[in-house]
Amino acid sequence: MRRQRIVKPADPTAIAGGMVMQLYVVGGAPNSVQALANLERICQQHLQGHYQLEIVDVLEQPLRALADGVIVTPSLIKRSPLPVTQVVGNLSDPGKVLLALGLPGKSP
Amino acid sequence: MKRVDPQPLSKMATGIGGFDELSGGGLPRNRTTLVMGGPGSGKTVFSLQVLANAARQRDESGIFVAFEERGREVIANAATFDWGLPALAERQIYILDAHLSPTVIQSGDFDLSGILAILKAKKEQMNARWVVFDGIDVLLTLLQDPILEMREIYRIRDWLADSALTAIITAKLDSQTVQGTNYGFMQFMVDCVIRFDRRLEYGVPAHRLQVTKYRGSDFASGEFPLSFGPSGIEVAPPEPPEIIHEASTERVSAGFERFDAMLGGGLFRGSSTLITGAPGTSKTTLIGKFAEAACQRGERTLFVSFDEGADQITRNLSSVGIDLHPHIQSGLLWMYSGRTEARSAEEHLIKLRALIRDHQPRCMVIDPLSAMAKAGGIGAARAVANRLIHLMKDSKITVVISALIEGNDPQAEATDLQISTIADTWIHLSYVVRSGERNRALTIVKSRGTWHSNQVRELVLSETGPVLTDVYSAGGEVLMGTLRWEKEAEEIAKQTQRRVEFEHKQRDLEFAEADTQARIKALELDLQRQQAELALYTLDGKARVLSSSEREDKLRRMRSADQVIDTDPAAILPPPDPVTPGDASGAGAGQSASEEQ
Repeated sequence: MRRQRIVKPADPTAIAGGMVMQLYVVGGAPNSVQALANLERICQQHLQGHYQLEIVDVLEQPLRALADGVIVTPSLIKRSPLPVTQVVGNLSDPGKVLLALGLPGKSP
Repeated sequence: MKRVDPQPLSKMATGIGGFDELSGGGLPRNRTTLVMGGPGSGKTVFSLQVLANAARQRDESGIFVAFEERGREVIANAATFDWGLPALAERQIYILDAHLSPTVIQSGDFDLSGILAILKAKKEQMNARWVVFDGIDVLLTLLQDPILEMREIYRIRDWLADSALTAIITAKLDSQTVQGTNYGFMQFMVDCVIRFDRRLEYGVPAHRLQVTKYRGSDFASGEFPLSFGPSGIEVAPPEPPEIIHEASTERVSAGFERFDAMLGGGLFRGSSTLITGAPGTSKTTLIGKFAEAACQRGERTLFVSFDEGADQITRNLSSVGIDLHPHIQSGLLWMYSGRTEARSAEEHLIKLRALIRDHQPRCMVIDPLSAMAKAGGIGAARAVANRLIHLMKDSKITVVISALIEGNDPQAEATDLQISTIADTWIHLSYVVRSGERNRALTIVKSRGTWHSNQVRELVLSETGPVLTDVYSAGGEVLMGTLRWEKEAEEIAKQTQRRVEFEHKQRDLEFAEADTQARIKALELDLQRQQAELALYTLDGKARVLSSSEREDKLRRMRSADQVIDTDPAAILPPPDPVTPGDASGAGAGQSASEEQ
């Protein structure tokens, strides 16, 4: 299965400073499902829609995942703004995710 | 999940020297092998070597999943081995960099289903037959939950069972470490378990390998030493329980003629000879002479020395007329100089085994084998020496080994490496100190299956090589050094005198003979003269008898006297002449004339 969800920003001027992310998942694996849910919650709370999220199913695009350096799933890569950061796991720890995304989030 | 139907166990050769022998053919095909051991025990090298050999020898592709190091580090670390990994990594071996960067942040649980999906795609893309998970524990410990770790390992197992790949999983598992308890179940899960071990024995690192499990197959279960050479790991394979050596009756020269004569014609082809002696008793010279003779026969030879460089040995040997340089240059002679401090005897054995395999020598020398006992303990060295000799016998190599003994008692060897009991020929070199001199003596302590001299001989080193001198014994001891020289000089003087005496006597006899011959000649001449004289005298007598009767007749006629008829001619013969026969003829005539008046 392949899911690609581009969340349109509410304010078009914010796109330039918006966040570009890729979430690598494996189909309906429990960790992957959990990661997606956790990420969406974080994004809603902290990005207010100023982001692009691509969901890559490794089962469908394994060689792309390999090229992107993804080893374990789920895996979140933040491409923009720089620096590129990677978070592995089901993103159950929002504090660490925010840290990785460079967001001054509330500590959990 | 659908499983691949179980098939009769077939094996994939690893191409690792010794390992395929002890595992009965290699690793189980399409099954999983667990390679466990502490850090630096050789797990990664073993796995990479299996992939490299499969790629080079059978053109089988493989994937190496590196959890511990970066892919390029794996290649760089393997550069010391002659596998040509950088070239292989472009086509047949794919090194998957599964090393998590330290900048990666972990948040919550993860699993390996992603990487397994990647591997599946990669496997199909390159038609891989092998997969190695190197250091899986590095990644899984991040889960910080033994149950989750176990879940991921089962995930790998299930994936492998469906994938028709021959797999190797390495893990830093050791019975001593904490992780061992967590990963113990892996040993039940996989089909083959190989345990690597690295420990210090008498300060020398000793690497060992042990197959602890092999489902559906028998295997040599002992611990086997391994070493790291240019082509990677070499394992010392199990020795065959039965000794099968062909005993040759062919003789090869032990180096020089007189030595061969002492040995009853030389050494048997494929036999082992031990030369023992204290330092400086010229063991190396004898060994060098044997090596030179072997090269001169055109036989490939391996010269193994310990703790002395090859260059130094050839230089020293050239001072006693043994020139090994041309044979080294022609490639007939290989010199190997090993350092004994840092390596265990096992490692030396593995190295020598590799050299024998590569050079295929017919003759081999080791100088001195006793150096192997320096590091790693005497017990190990003894076992190694024993196996080394059997290895050379199996390869039909004629070998001469030296062993250092402090002191002059050859029996000291029996307490040292104990090679003397398995060697076929045992030659002992010693010093004999007498009359303020130290001379070298050579004894053949034993020589199996052949006549040999029982006499102690003096070994003299000359510019043209070692020489065994003539034997002089006095008072039950072999004379050596200047005592021998004196004896030799004395012997020469005696011989000269004997020759002079003989010639004198001969001349005497010749003179006597000539004298006798001369006398015989004179007597013969005298005899001839006497015979001639006798003949003459007889004729004269007859003539005289005849003439006197005629004269009487004439006288009677002149006197007109009566004819005397019955005159006996013998009665008229004069009485025997008292004068010497010399003047008989002349005097006779005169006498008869005077009688007529």
